[in-house]
Amino acid sequence: MDLFVAIFAGTVIAATPLIFAALGELVVEKSGVLNLGVEGMMLMGAAFAFWAVIAGLPMPVAILAGGLAGAAASLLFGVLALTFLTNQYAAGLALAIFGSGVSAFLGRNFGSAPIDALKRIQVPVLSDIPVIGPMVFRFDPMVYFAIACFLVITWFLYRTKAGLILRTVGESPETAHAIGFPVIRIRYLAVLFGGLMAGLGGAYLSVAYTPLWVENMTAGKGWIALALVVFATWRPLRVLLGAWLFGGMTILQLQGQALGIAVPSELLSALPYLATIAVLVIISQNRQMLAQHFPASLAKPFRPAS
Amino acid sequence: MMRVAAPVIAVVLTLAVGSALFAALGYDPLATLHAFFVAPLSSVNGLSEWLLKASPLILIACGLAVGFRANVWNIGAEGQLIAGAIAACGVGLFYPNPESPMLLALMVLAGALAGMAWAAIPAFLRARMNTNEILVTLMLTYVATLLLSWLVHGPWRDPAGFNYPQTALLPAAAMFEPFDYAYRLNPSIFLTVVAVFLMWLFADRSFMGYKMSVSGAAPLAARYAGFRESSAVWIGLLAGGAAAGIAGMAEVAGPLGQLSPQISPGYGFAAIIVAFLGRLNAFGIVLGGLLMSLLFLGGEAIQMNLGLPSALTRIFQGILLFFLLATDFFIFYRLRRLPEHA
Amino acid sequence: MIPRLELRNICKSYPGVVANDDISLSIMPGEIHAVLGENGAGKSTLMKIIYGAAQADSGEIYCDGRLIAAHDPASSRALGIEMVYQHFALFESVTVVENIALSLPGRFDLDALAAQITDLSQRYGMPIDPRRRVHDLSVGERQRVEIVRCLLRSPKLLILDEPTSVLTPQAVVKLFETLRQLAAEGCSIVYISHKLDEVQELCDSATVLRNGRVTGTAKPKQTTSLELARMMVGSQLPEMHVSPAMPGETPVLEVRGLTAAPRDRYGVALEGVSFAVHGGEIVGLAGISGNGQAELVALLSGERTHADPDAIRIGGKPSAHLGAGQRRRLGMAFVPEERLGRGAVPPHALWQNAVLTGHRTGIVRNGLVDRGKAAAFAKGVIDRFKVKANGPQASAQSLSGGNLQKFIVGREIALAPKLFLVSQPTWGVDVGAAAFIRQTLVDLSRAGAAVLVVSEELDELFEICDRLLVICQGKVSPPLIRRQTNREEVGLLMTNRASGTKGKDLALQD
Repeated sequence: MDLFVAIFAGTVIAATPLIFAALGELVVEKSGVLNLGVEGMMLMGAAFAFWAVIAGLPMPVAILAGGLAGAAASLLFGVLALTFLTNQYAAGLALAIFGSGVSAFLGRNFGSAPIDALKRIQVPVLSDIPVIGPMVFRFDPMVYFAIACFLVITWFLYRTKAGLILRTVGESPETAHAIGFPVIRIRYLAVLFGGLMAGLGGAYLSVAYTPLWVENMTAGKGWIALALVVFATWRPLRVLLGAWLFGGMTILQLQGQALGIAVPSELLSALPYLATIAVLVIISQNRQMLAQHFPASLAKPFRPAS
Repeated sequence: MMRVAAPVIAVVLTLAVGSALFAALGYDPLATLHAFFVAPLSSVNGLSEWLLKASPLILIACGLAVGFRANVWNIGAEGQLIAGAIAACGVGLFYPNPESPMLLALMVLAGALAGMAWAAIPAFLRARMNTNEILVTLMLTYVATLLLSWLVHGPWRDPAGFNYPQTALLPAAAMFEPFDYAYRLNPSIFLTVVAVFLMWLFADRSFMGYKMSVSGAAPLAARYAGFRESSAVWIGLLAGGAAAGIAGMAEVAGPLGQLSPQISPGYGFAAIIVAFLGRLNAFGIVLGGLLMSLLFLGGEAIQMNLGLPSALTRIFQGILLFFLLATDFFIFYRLRRLPEHA
Repeated sequence: MIPRLELRNICKSYPGVVANDDISLSIMPGEIHAVLGENGAGKSTLMKIIYGAAQADSGEIYCDGRLIAAHDPASSRALGIEMVYQHFALFESVTVVENIALSLPGRFDLDALAAQITDLSQRYGMPIDPRRRVHDLSVGERQRVEIVRCLLRSPKLLILDEPTSVLTPQAVVKLFETLRQLAAEGCSIVYISHKLDEVQELCDSATVLRNGRVTGTAKPKQTTSLELARMMVGSQLPEMHVSPAMPGETPVLEVRGLTAAPRDRYGVALEGVSFAVHGGEIVGLAGISGNGQAELVALLSGERTHADPDAIRIGGKPSAHLGAGQRRRLGMAFVPEERLGRGAVPPHALWQNAVLTGHRTGIVRNGLVDRGKAAAFAKGVIDRFKVKANGPQASAQSLSGGNLQKFIVGREIALAPKLFLVSQPTWGVDVGAAAFIRQTLVDLSRAGAAVLVVSEELDELFEICDRLLVICQGKVSPPLIRRQTNREEVGLLMTNRASGTKGKDLALQD
């Protein structure tokens, strides 16, 4: 039972950075833009948040700094993809490389010592309930914040006019422009939001999850977040479920290594990547499901006609 | 004309940002730029290293560009390079006759086939299972890295290697003999020369290359003309895989001589930028590769001489690609705006 | 009385084209005013300028006597100007009410809006269900959504751009009733069209454009068709020479019981399609867009294949399973409706676009492309079809729509096809070029080729075809002999209500 509780709690925590990054990318893609630079933005967020903590800033400020670093990085992509109409694949790759470089550069003096991680909340009374307490009421605030983000994003996309506009911009920017929506501005906002969320996800990794600095510490989580959005067929609830699935995979793999299962640890470490491929293949078989919520203009450059 | 201008402008802008960055870090920009870009080339050894590092970049970029021209996004060349290195090293270590004159050729073949096999997975998944190749090639890069790590920590670890995670050294017949033992440059560079020529012939003159450029520029037109999308996917990915696999072989049979957990300083990723710098064109790629190689060398040089972090290389790579993409816009959209018809 | 809208000396040019040259017109409240002109005469540009979707280079626009300075669609709507586009500004993936809510200011209350939509659409005799997704609607229903969207804002001026091009003759009657009702309530209507009979039936006054200039104004109801036509196309009306068909004995193209799933969720399924096209004749396929034409054309061209080889035979050979390249080897050539991106690769030069389908004519040897031969091929097409282009090195996207169409038609005809498929041959092509293309199709068929023309322009089909097929909801009618049928019969088949019901009921429906 204790093992189950530990695995459950570990899963929720491991999924949190993915939830941030993938929900952010979901909003970006819903507006018709594909930003492949999630990995770079997460690394920027991780590095800046860690830096802020070392510099003695309070934890909330540090996490916010991580988010803002991700947003700033996304702006580089935005200018290229939205103003300069470059190939979005190439611009995203450039951001991924750039972010990894900048974070490694910043991190050269961080040292290898861990920092004091983000404190967990112990909800009075509730956290003492057996089983339920540790499974639900003993997380750090970012875990709850990630779930709040999920709720707000779902409400925004499907219950507000602004969310409807965002979706229609993603379906047909030409039509949206003809109606008079500021397509480019809307897409900029979406890209910035995606950067902020990726930055928060990265910040969570470096100041709450690990909590220490390792170069390229995201280890592909940004790319997995991109895969999650496809896996979720562009629906927020499935992003959440998918992130938990991957969080679970990570934890099981770590547990397996800890238990000394007679399988090389490298092979276990490869599991999340292989699983990502597997779910992508499975979801790709159902073209109808992929098409249903797919933002039809995804990754197509749009230039408003004068 | 303009096709050439964009990369040149991008390079100049990157240098400008680089100077500003150095100045901001408290270094004399001119001296640092000199240390970064000029000093590494002012010795014979420097020139040898320059070509040695440019070779895999150009080779891989040629292979990748074949796919990029058809909108096939293989960004996992790093993994295919590792696969090629593993296979080539395996042949070199375990071939029954370690003195066979055929050994090098077999290793080239093994490297190419392993790179292709690693790339065949995303090719199959994209062509037959409709699965996005970007994410699959990237995930497989992580898997290849872990596979390499497992081999050198486990079954292939050199028993006489003081427990270092590395394989035994390759026998002499499994190594390219350097042109001069004072320097590391070796005949594997001719493989790159051949690749550049083949890339030019394929992309610029062949019907298959033409079909792939149609697939990339207008997929519906390719379908209209009856060109199969799946062959573009297969050729695009296998070309990149073969090139990266051979590059991996040349690394292990050249400067490395054995496998260790870190066999590539990111050639597979940098080659993506090289392909774009070269405008997906064979001769442009040669220039792009030389420039990128210089970035690697410069990064090492300033780390050694000035104590600046080598991560600057990756920052420069990113900035260079940013500027390249941005200058493209000004050149292509400002000068040849599509005529609009009422 | 102050005009509702007045334009003074509007000019607008795009690179290489003067779209509007010194255009002036004025429209009174409650007036239905036609802007008449051929494709490419500058009508759409003018409407965009009125609506604010494009800005004039010079000239003035007055609304109710007040000068409108720089404006955009939002400020136009604030002035009471609304526009129904030819290609609707609707989002497929969301519902009718959501679509309409997007363009309305104020609170985001879908329930209240849905009630309002139902109410208004009933009042004007064009009922729509606000909760349906747009991709489930027919083209006619989508047009209703557009009009209701405009009416909800109680417009003072309504612009309609070629509103009948997507409607059956019966639905046109219904639309005109709605428009007259609106005009009677004081709304001014700008009606853009190239169809003389409609303008004569509906409009109070007309401004005629040609090559971006005003060539005349008229009261259409008191002007003859011939006079209006002269103003539209100038003095030289092109003449067609259609000699009698000489169909061969065995069909070149034979389709038997072809059934297929929709190409995507917005598509239409084909059900038991059967017909044949013989050498020496032109067969036309009429129908409102979105009734399965896209699916049928893709299956015929080989862009989509079919599991049952016998469903399509080309020259007697089972072909439905063959790809586009293999079918071309059997003598097929094909001109798709999309020129840029399907019939031609936009950034590629014309010589490269010649290789696209001309590679079988000796341009490719030993797997290599002979650039000289490709250029010669392209040059031949440019000369023979009088394509206005800077030679074979010009990129496809640098050509105007009409010239690119001539190039593509020319390229396909240069392949000396036995079977020629062509979809929307003259869309967006100027009058002279359209006549030339039609004549080319007739000549090709009279020289022995089997020609299948898919078009939404009934006039065009009636002009050149020997036999007509009508497609509706994925089903194809039995063939009609052109000389023995008329527009009304075809119009009824287009809505699949040819038998049993009376015309009057029909008019009330779609």
